[in-house]
Amino acid sequence: MKSTRKAYGEFLVEYGKKDISIVVFDADLASATQTALFKEKFPERHFDIGIAEQDMVGTACGMAIDGDKKVFASSFAMFLAGRAYEQIRNTAAYSNININFCATHSGISVGEDGATHQCIEDIALMNVIPNMKIFSPADEVSTKKVLEQCIFLNTPKYIRLGRKDTPDIYSFDEEFHLGGSKQFGKGTDGTIFATGMTVSIALEAKEELKKLGKEVRVVDLYSIKPIDEERIIQCAKETKTLISIEDHSVIGGIGSIIANVLCQKFPKKLYKIGIKDVFGTSGEATLLYQQFGLTKEHIIQKFTLKTKRNNFVTKENMIK
Amino acid sequence: MEERKLKQIANEIRKDIIQMVHMANSGHPGGSLSCVEILVYLYHEKMNLQEDNLKNRIDKFVLSKGHASTAYYAVLASKGYIPKKDLLSFRKIDSYLEGHPSNKIPGVDVSSGSLGQGMSVANGMALNKKISQKEGNVYCLLGDGEIEEGQVWEAFMTSHKYNLSNVYAIIDYNGLQIDGTVESVKKLDHLFEKMTSFGFETVTVDGNSFSSIQDGFLQLKDPQKPKCIIAKTIKGNGISFMENQVKWHGKGINDEEYMLAMEELEKEALYEIN
Repeated sequence: MKSTRKAYGEFLVEYGKKDISIVVFDADLASATQTALFKEKFPERHFDIGIAEQDMVGTACGMAIDGDKKVFASSFAMFLAGRAYEQIRNTAAYSNININFCATHSGISVGEDGATHQCIEDIALMNVIPNMKIFSPADEVSTKKVLEQCIFLNTPKYIRLGRKDTPDIYSFDEEFHLGGSKQFGKGTDGTIFATGMTVSIALEAKEELKKLGKEVRVVDLYSIKPIDEERIIQCAKETKTLISIEDHSVIGGIGSIIANVLCQKFPKKLYKIGIKDVFGTSGEATLLYQQFGLTKEHIIQKFTLKTKRNNFVTKENMIK
Repeated sequence: MEERKLKQIANEIRKDIIQMVHMANSGHPGGSLSCVEILVYLYHEKMNLQEDNLKNRIDKFVLSKGHASTAYYAVLASKGYIPKKDLLSFRKIDSYLEGHPSNKIPGVDVSSGSLGQGMSVANGMALNKKISQKEGNVYCLLGDGEIEEGQVWEAFMTSHKYNLSNVYAIIDYNGLQIDGTVESVKKLDHLFEKMTSFGFETVTVDGNSFSSIQDGFLQLKDPQKPKCIIAKTIKGNGISFMENQVKWHGKGINDEEYMLAMEELEKEALYEIN
């Protein structure tokens, strides 16, 4: 068990030892984003720009433009994708700068800090920016592997990280790449698409469903932009029920992105689980996930109800 | 410094600006004409435009007030970065010379013009030069209206924090912005005191005079402090009917205005040569 933000901090230290061109920017949240781990080891390569995220994005871009550094910039998702949105769009993305925006504390799993700090819009915001690439890793290994890839992608990147500890899913010999995804199982009863914090929930649901006699597969969409269209279409063809689950608004998140692929390439119904166009609230993260329906029980319920409906297709059920 | 030569270049740049805005029938002539001397001085006198082994120019420039793109493009053409004939394609659908700068243009490092963002970028470049012990200065041209953006002041604090003695904030103080005078829109007074208190070694110059700009640069020599030049300028400088007129901030030039403006610039050129 480890949070993806912690994995990010550890990655910076591990990679920073090997590569002296790694530099890290933060905006007075180093101990929360975990860049403090890097700061401790390499203070001369860590720049705290203060509570000024827009300035941080610009300064980090300027350093990247000057040519010889590999630049990481961090804050909470809310203040990076939200507060510094236009700096990311106009300075970083339009100029197509090689820079890594590592946004921690994404989604409602931020917990007790409440709605003002829970960014449930960042995938939507970043996805509409040309040149931008988006990763959303689920555990320690995928976070570190994705970050390793990011260094050599000559484009702006947004890496979506979480506050809460997540179970270990992958072993270190797994490979991750831009536009890729990971599939667990080959069940044909359904596909659960998940990303980041919700992948482990989807995997738990898969095991429970097995006990109920349903064979489903889970797809970890760790690369959100570009998305693995081929895999989505393949799963739509091979499995009966499609479900997406994410710690993000159902508007503009992976559910929307999958639906966009499906409606153009292989029209099929998709059940979207996520935050339903409301703000989050304070509370312990696990309780919030229960309140907002980001649970294995909710997935299982969707599955069983969907299957029933499939057996009795009525006009009423179609509308639902 | 050969002031006469610089004045001739400035005169040519002004003609380019008038032609570009006339051809495009849109653009920002007022704030482009106000900063001609600053840009010509930087590119033809001050900056080291040679490249290092990473094909990186040693001195860097950021046009934070990106709407002065006509002046910028004309100066880049005068240094051979872009072909002069391309200038007339400004703002046209098949042109790379967009209304505001993008780094698709040779010689331009970063897109700009959404106001308030350039100073942070300049700081990042200057900070990199400092930590890498590389030579080179970074010059950032800001508008006086532009510095109403809060990010600019965040950036000034960053310049101060890292003692970026290699960064120059040059403020084109022409006193006018779209909605009126800078004083009436946001009360930008005591700028010299503001900049000094933000840790900048600051001078005020006549930004339309080469000798005054040069004197300003010569006065700035603190090895620890970031530098600021408050350049008092005239919006629309060089074209009598555009000078100090808010309406010429962003407006196309019709045929008649074009003839009048070019005539004035021709006269000035003759006067300068004799």
